[in-house]
Amino acid sequence: MNQHIDPGTLRADDGIERGGMLLHVDNISLSFGGVKAITDVSFDVKKGEIRAIIGPNGAGKTSMLNVINGFYHPQEGTITFRGEKRRRMRPHRAASQGIARTFQNIALFKGMTTLDNIMTGRMTLMKSSMLSQAMWWGPAHREEIAHRETVEKIIDFLEIEHIRKTPVGRLPYGLQKRVELGRALAADPALLLLDEPMAGMNLEEKEDMSRFVLDVNQQFGTTIALIEHDMGVVMDLSDRVVVLDYGRKIGDGTPDEVRNNQAVIDAYLGVSHE
Amino acid sequence: MPSTGSNAGREPVTFPQYLLLNAKRFANRTATRHKDLGIWQSWTWKQQYEEIRAFSVGLQEMGVGEGDKIAIAGTNRPRLYWTFCAVQALKAIPVPVYADAVAEEMAYVLNHAGVRLAVVQDQEQVDKILSFSDEISSLKDIIYDEPRGLRDYDHTHLKSFADVQDIGKAAMEADAGRVQAWEDAINASDGEEVSVFLYTSGTTGRSKGVVLKAHTSVKAACDTAGFDNLTENDNVLAYLPLAWAGDHYLNYAQGYVSALCMACPESPETVAHDLREIGPTFYFAPPRVFEQLLTSVMIRMEDAGAIKKRIFHHFLGVAKKHGEAILEGRSVPLGARLSYWLGDKLVFGPLKNTLGFSNIRTAYTAGEAIGPDLFSFFRALGINLKQLYGQTEAFLYVTAQKDGEIHPETVGKAVPDVEIRISDEGEVLFKSPGMFVEYYADEQKTKETFTEDGFIKTGDAGIFDAHGDLKIIDRAKDVGKLKNGSLFAPKYIENKLKFFPNVKEAVAFGDQRDMCTVMMNIDLAAVGNWAERNNISYASYQELAGLPEVYEMMREHVDQVNRDLAGEELMAGSQITRFLVLHKELDADDGELTRTQKVRRSFIADRYAPLIEALYDGSSEKFVETEVTFEDGRKGSISATVKIMDMETQPAAGARQEAAE
Repeated sequence: MNQHIDPGTLRADDGIERGGMLLHVDNISLSFGGVKAITDVSFDVKKGEIRAIIGPNGAGKTSMLNVINGFYHPQEGTITFRGEKRRRMRPHRAASQGIARTFQNIALFKGMTTLDNIMTGRMTLMKSSMLSQAMWWGPAHREEIAHRETVEKIIDFLEIEHIRKTPVGRLPYGLQKRVELGRALAADPALLLLDEPMAGMNLEEKEDMSRFVLDVNQQFGTTIALIEHDMGVVMDLSDRVVVLDYGRKIGDGTPDEVRNNQAVIDAYLGVSHE
Repeated sequence: MPSTGSNAGREPVTFPQYLLLNAKRFANRTATRHKDLGIWQSWTWKQQYEEIRAFSVGLQEMGVGEGDKIAIAGTNRPRLYWTFCAVQALKAIPVPVYADAVAEEMAYVLNHAGVRLAVVQDQEQVDKILSFSDEISSLKDIIYDEPRGLRDYDHTHLKSFADVQDIGKAAMEADAGRVQAWEDAINASDGEEVSVFLYTSGTTGRSKGVVLKAHTSVKAACDTAGFDNLTENDNVLAYLPLAWAGDHYLNYAQGYVSALCMACPESPETVAHDLREIGPTFYFAPPRVFEQLLTSVMIRMEDAGAIKKRIFHHFLGVAKKHGEAILEGRSVPLGARLSYWLGDKLVFGPLKNTLGFSNIRTAYTAGEAIGPDLFSFFRALGINLKQLYGQTEAFLYVTAQKDGEIHPETVGKAVPDVEIRISDEGEVLFKSPGMFVEYYADEQKTKETFTEDGFIKTGDAGIFDAHGDLKIIDRAKDVGKLKNGSLFAPKYIENKLKFFPNVKEAVAFGDQRDMCTVMMNIDLAAVGNWAERNNISYASYQELAGLPEVYEMMREHVDQVNRDLAGEELMAGSQITRFLVLHKELDADDGELTRTQKVRRSFIADRYAPLIEALYDGSSEKFVETEVTFEDGRKGSISATVKIMDMETQPAAGARQEAAE
């Protein structure tokens, strides 16, 4: 009846304790020609936490996510993920290492159903060859059934049963965001990157999405790094916050510390009028 | 029937006794289905028996015993349905609560019933109950079905359904005689215990707890299951609120006595899909569901290609002409039969399949009046849709239409063993096998509801028509008389008008007056669409409502209603003599409608007093200014000159016949 995803079925344990260091970003600098997007930024993400990256527009938040998942290659600095140090990496390597993400502007396959979209999240985990998948026989068949079961658990978790067979292009924005989260979850990520998961949502949708982010974190123990502009959401959800401005880190700490950091107030939060 | 003890061989008189019986006679037939993770899971009667037994014994271990009240809250899920039987097996009393009730309403019911334990679906319900649990001293524990989100809650008084079953299983393992003792206790019952408290939805004041006895409930369910020939081969989809008497009756009570298979949808949002996959043989829906279905079919056909559209409308014509006759087995020309057969292959069959109606043997609708056209549409497709009239106090059925004796405007004859009579004031009174014992802890209300000779007052005004079928015309308190003595039933007249798609609302006046008059709202979507097709331009609701073309359209509708009324002996006197189309839509924000979209008569009479006077003083138009409330709470006003139109009335049916001769 109510088997939800059991943390035990997730990606093999990497030996890192909850609270241990999952990701370490060291002195990263990234520039496009003469434009410096990120300058000498360092921070870390501990296993099991929700880490927020905030900052004004153009501060380099999305660039930072793109560096973490290997889409951009920084000119300087290193990234240590699960104890493995790297400088250059390609996105598909990042995906198979357990980093999944959602995008600021939804990047789903519009003509495919919710179910199929989420199934694509399992792609990197499929072992049978393309030929045997096409034949859909024997091991490939069994494998697909196992993957489908995981996907169904995600559908149940995100409460999107009613749109299972609906092409995502026909869905409202809030639901598309949820499907995208589902696809990222399907990859069994060790680190989940969410790029503005609440952007453009109304209050109710934001509340729903916050609930799901917390549930993912608590029930599956998934580590989450998110970018978000809604300060209420950020301060409520996250364990620690890193603040960027013009590509530099200007603050790092718990929501309370960040809120009282003068540099952050000047650059981003503004002064309270009370 | 009980196979052991002193009651061996006797017909079951409680639902747990039926569980034991079904677990024997239909051990391997499917009792319950539930779609989970995209796949239909099923339980046979034997498996269901084991699930219920484990839970029931577990409850017993937790100290639940005879007379304890157990609240049940959530959507339609197998474990919640099992809870009913598990609780009844201990002679405790299930008290289902509406899942969408706000905390305050739920607190009222739990407090009023004195609930000892609550079995709920999920975190949402747990949170709701925890928010007021301090106020309910009798409440000891909460049991939940879905563990999601509840992991970090304090579990001293919180248990999962499976935990309780484990307690039960452990107890049965520890004591070899436990199972027998549990079954013996069930078999020993004479059915005199209370079966369930069903709280009315409370449209008028606080909800009342309707107390029903086990053996009378079983008797009522057996009667109607027999009436509609329900057997173990039938299947249903349980999708209406499980706290509602109708759901408890149709799915649980009839389900146990006829051993049919009940399916629970995956979630409330997936009902349409699940309906299609299950293809129930027995189906119930309120009229508005059928109305929405028809609308969605018609809108989708508008988008279809020209050829498909022509095929659809051609065969729909055939169905309208001959469909009902074929359904009722009356004689139909061979050509029409062939044409209908072809239509079935091309249109009706696929359409019914899409709606999930392919296997329906019997479908019911009730709750409010259903438009004759709407009703006939579904019957013409070959769906045996019928109307019933019922009340929570009767444990649902009072009357139902019999196969082959369908008159769209009536609700049929009394079902077996039910007695009906009409009081001198025109109120429908009944006495039925399933009727309730009392309102829980409310002697005053109970007394008011029963007549001296033990009939129940329904509060509805009704009449018997020429076939002896009952026709519900209005709430008894709204029925009045014109000055000339003719019966005046406002809702009856309003419904006749509202069956026209172009009419959205209607309010009839006439009590203690010389004649009957009507205020109407046009349906902006329907009339707007018509205006578009006929190149009639308009800028607002107000302008459209005042157009002479629209008045002419309304005049035709009113004329049709008058012709209908003239054909009915009792109603001929209350034909509509004058009408007007209101310059604004009646709106709940302005207090003119209730939140459930029912007209608030007295409020409207006050607010539009000048218009009503104009309806009676013979003037042909009237200037009015009305205050309106916008959605954000700001107020404004609308002023308009409203036209009033005179109508000709028709001679009553009897008189017309004479003239023709």
